[in-house]
Amino acid sequence: MTASTKASRKPDTKLAEKYRLYLRQMLLIRRFEEKAGEAYSLGKIGGFCHLYIGQEAVGVGCLSQLRPDDYIVTTYRDHGQALVRGISSRAVMAELFGKAAGCSKGKGGSMHMFDASLGFLGGHGIVGGHIPLAAGIGFAIKYRAKDQVAVCFFGEAAINNGAFHEALNMAGIWKLPCIFICENNRYGMGTALDRATATWNISERAASYDMSREVVDGQDLLEVMAAMDRAVVRARRPAAPTLLEIRTYRFVGHSMSDPIHGHYRTKEEVEAHRKRDPILLWQEKLKADGIITEEQIATMDKEVVAEVQDAYDFADAAEDPELEELYADVYAPVQAGSGE
Amino acid sequence: MPTLTYRDALNQALREEMQRDPDVFLMGEEVGVYQGAYKVSRGLLEEFGPNRVVDTPITELGFAGVGVGAAMVGLRPIIEFMTWNFALLAIDQLVNSAAKMRYMSGGQVGVPIVFRGPSGSALQLAAQHSQSFESMYANIPGLKVVMPATPADAKGLLKSAVRDDDPIVFMEGEMLYNVKGEVPEGEYTLPIGVADIKRPGEHVTLVCHAKTVAIALKAAQQLEADGISAEVIDLRTIRPLDTAAIFESVGKTHRCVVVEEGWPFAGVGAQVVDEIQREVFDELDGPVLRVTGADVPMPYNKRLEKAAKVDADKVVDAVRKVTYTANS
Repeated sequence: MTASTKASRKPDTKLAEKYRLYLRQMLLIRRFEEKAGEAYSLGKIGGFCHLYIGQEAVGVGCLSQLRPDDYIVTTYRDHGQALVRGISSRAVMAELFGKAAGCSKGKGGSMHMFDASLGFLGGHGIVGGHIPLAAGIGFAIKYRAKDQVAVCFFGEAAINNGAFHEALNMAGIWKLPCIFICENNRYGMGTALDRATATWNISERAASYDMSREVVDGQDLLEVMAAMDRAVVRARRPAAPTLLEIRTYRFVGHSMSDPIHGHYRTKEEVEAHRKRDPILLWQEKLKADGIITEEQIATMDKEVVAEVQDAYDFADAAEDPELEELYADVYAPVQAGSGE
Repeated sequence: MPTLTYRDALNQALREEMQRDPDVFLMGEEVGVYQGAYKVSRGLLEEFGPNRVVDTPITELGFAGVGVGAAMVGLRPIIEFMTWNFALLAIDQLVNSAAKMRYMSGGQVGVPIVFRGPSGSALQLAAQHSQSFESMYANIPGLKVVMPATPADAKGLLKSAVRDDDPIVFMEGEMLYNVKGEVPEGEYTLPIGVADIKRPGEHVTLVCHAKTVAIALKAAQQLEADGISAEVIDLRTIRPLDTAAIFESVGKTHRCVVVEEGWPFAGVGAQVVDEIQREVFDELDGPVLRVTGADVPMPYNKRLEKAAKVDADKVVDAVRKVTYTANS
């Protein structure tokens, strides 16, 4: 069964409920990121802040196919995936605000969202550096003969980094239960794909690693879900890795310091892509299938906006970490067995 | 007590830890079928099988990251670098992943991993194969840096390193693998972060680690003939640094020379000297001097190489200066 074949028929109630949930998740990311951008402008959020606006269907579609005991590692553009995986909007916003109630106790910030209890093992800040970590998690799963899956998100700019090649090669040799998800949003910061990558059909790289591959329209939630479903099936025992190239588009700048289009892309190009807004496309589909009405969407949006406002208020009022936290968590608190 | 080489003491530690804990595995280049580039992992593939003794491609960044990822979900990887020179390709995983994970996750995700392999110069291996990077790694909060000088220390410290919950940079002496010494059998661990007085003395403290321990001991022997009694302190762990042991010794001898194989600039000795001048300045009867490798890439030529390396004569010269017994 894939999500696509099922969706082409009249969806049952349970499925309709799920589809509405996915819409809510995408809306939550959109409204959350808009609010984060606003908070950044007000100086409530510091450092770097990379928004996920335009790419919502990738995170929602991929994570929808996972089990609670699977693992995720991702990039510094991690707020959306953290929310979908189940970290509360309060904990994510508080982390952005650097507060003790944040999901990483205010020590990680925008780029380092963690919740080990959800298998969400980090936003990572070095392009490509986290791809071998996913291979290592996959290695551990295989070592323990489990049927979990290790999922790794990265941008298309990471594929020219040695870490990508080294990790995928080992995943290929050892048949690790890994799904490598390349979110191809066409620009590595301001460098267009065709200026950075000799063979820009990214998924073809999988051939070098004896790995399954798919190219996916990342603005179409159903397509993302279907491709991810197939990848998950391959990754569960007996394990085989997959490289998914999910083509998407970043509707906003690389980070908060980058304007929406800048020098590297035109306003017209951004406008053209905005017409394929994954949220609008999904809303249209759900309306056409009779799963949701315009009024219900408006209500849902209101709820989401309220949730985000609550997260903002919570984060704003939350406490900074105590100064003692400065030196905590550098090393393990108890050195079991080391004789110390 | 049985006499073992440093190499076999490490092998024994690996074997015992892998027998003790099924989550411990060994990964690296040539660790399995080839039996280890320096034969430290001899026989382990046969005993533990290919799932736990894992040969990798030549892909240091990749397999260091695989180790970190596996450790993040609870395994206890031992990652062997064929030498620490090659580990430079992997340094992002040590510095940005292993050392940072616990902190940036707010304490949620630890990385119990050992990165190990030979360090320092051997004989005429030239610039890219003759380096000591301990001060570089010791600069990084989140890492621990362990460097055993004797077979017994090698066993005791490696076993503790495997059981430690933090990422450990474990540097073995490339020239120490054939050194023999008595090694306790079975369960034998040494605390990380504790220095060892390898020779007690009264007049001057020689602070050293790894390969320079033997050099300092040789210098101490030469000095003894002239009536100078040197205390040799083997740091064993660079980070955390056992400053208490250093201060206690300097409090007794009032003079100190720090010896290390690496380069002088921002080296381990620089940290030791800083600690001494801040904490026990009043104990000093002379400046603390450092004996280090020459501040150059290692030359291939034998004569130049000898000139670049630390030796006992250089240590003796430094001691004569701090004890004001120099001839010139």
